Amino acid sequence: MSSVLSPGTQAPDFTLSVTPDQKLSLHDLRGQPVVLAFYPADWSPVCGDQMSLYNEVLPEFQKYKAEVLGISVDGAWCHAAFANHQHLHFPLLSDFEPKGAVAKTYGAYREKDGFCERALFVIDENGVIFWSYCSPVAVNPGADGILEALENMKGKRQSYDEVENTRRAS
Amino acid sequence: MTKLKIPVGPADHALGDEHAPVTLVEYGDYQCPHCGHAHPVVKELRKHFGKQLRFVYRHFPLTQIHPMAEPAAETAEFAAAHERFWQMHDRIFENQENLGLPLLGDLAQDLELSSEDLVGALESHEFLPKIKEDFMGGVRSGVNGTPTFFINGYRYEDLFEFAGMVDAIDAELGNANIEHRRAG
Repeated sequence: MSSVLSPGTQAPDFTLSVTPDQKLSLHDLRGQPVVLAFYPADWSPVCGDQMSLYNEVLPEFQKYKAEVLGISVDGAWCHAAFANHQHLHFPLLSDFEPKGAVAKTYGAYREKDGFCERALFVIDENGVIFWSYCSPVAVNPGADGILEALENMKGKRQSYDEVENTRRAS
Repeated sequence: MTKLKIPVGPADHALGDEHAPVTLVEYGDYQCPHCGHAHPVVKELRKHFGKQLRFVYRHFPLTQIHPMAEPAAETAEFAAAHERFWQMHDRIFENQENLGLPLLGDLAQDLELSSEDLVGALESHEFLPKIKEDFMGGVRSGVNGTPTFFINGYRYEDLFEFAGMVDAIDAELGNANIEHRRAG
């Protein structure tokens, strides 16, 4: 398994295709939490694959104002077909050319397989990695770790705000 | 990430002895073919273990890929409100290949429930909150697809075939006996 970037690291910026004719940059999402989910491939042969699960949990992620992004090395047309088939309501990014370049900057690329790890990153409002996790490639890591990280991040921000407010008040 | 976070409680649908040494919890989706395959396996397990096994079913509908999963779960909850949850649960899985609103209406009639009331309940989503609660509890427990089983609170990671599950439950019964002897 690769060694993925750890909490506290600035999340490497990127600009990737989100549809065949649209691009999305990580820095566009500054000011809100971002969930970055690298995964090996579209069209995994099971019900309730990782992306379908995140699709179902989306309202919960949105409670934290978090933006969810799936990333794999599949091309934008493949993503479009997959997202359409699974009725996905969040963007899938194509780390397609040069292949896996963004995944490599996150330590989430499997050189010998030529696809991404199942690696999760929760990034805070300032673009710093708050939590990361790399699952064995055959294991869908679920959504509990992400939700816990979003919850902890919110808690941490609240206590920071309280300290700041007390400091300002005094 | 593999422990059941929501303990079995009075809001759950449970079959079998409350004090059974082993509780099997399933997170399932009525439109998922793998859950359809697991359904007779669970029945066999209940027959095999008798009073030693309690079975609990919780909803985990993947609504975007299985559009009938949620109405089916709501129908089972509607039946539950008339104390016919398990009859409806069995009938839905046994007729999974024909799953649709007409089938759900027919099944309600089979159980002497009003199909008009069912339509009303489906339209008002009267039972949806309970289903959402099951779903989010599952997510918190790391459920990532269906079916997912927990045996005495620990996730069962192997294939859901009869032999493997018997072994896992036997192992848990062994543990329960040891604890019982220690306590005695």
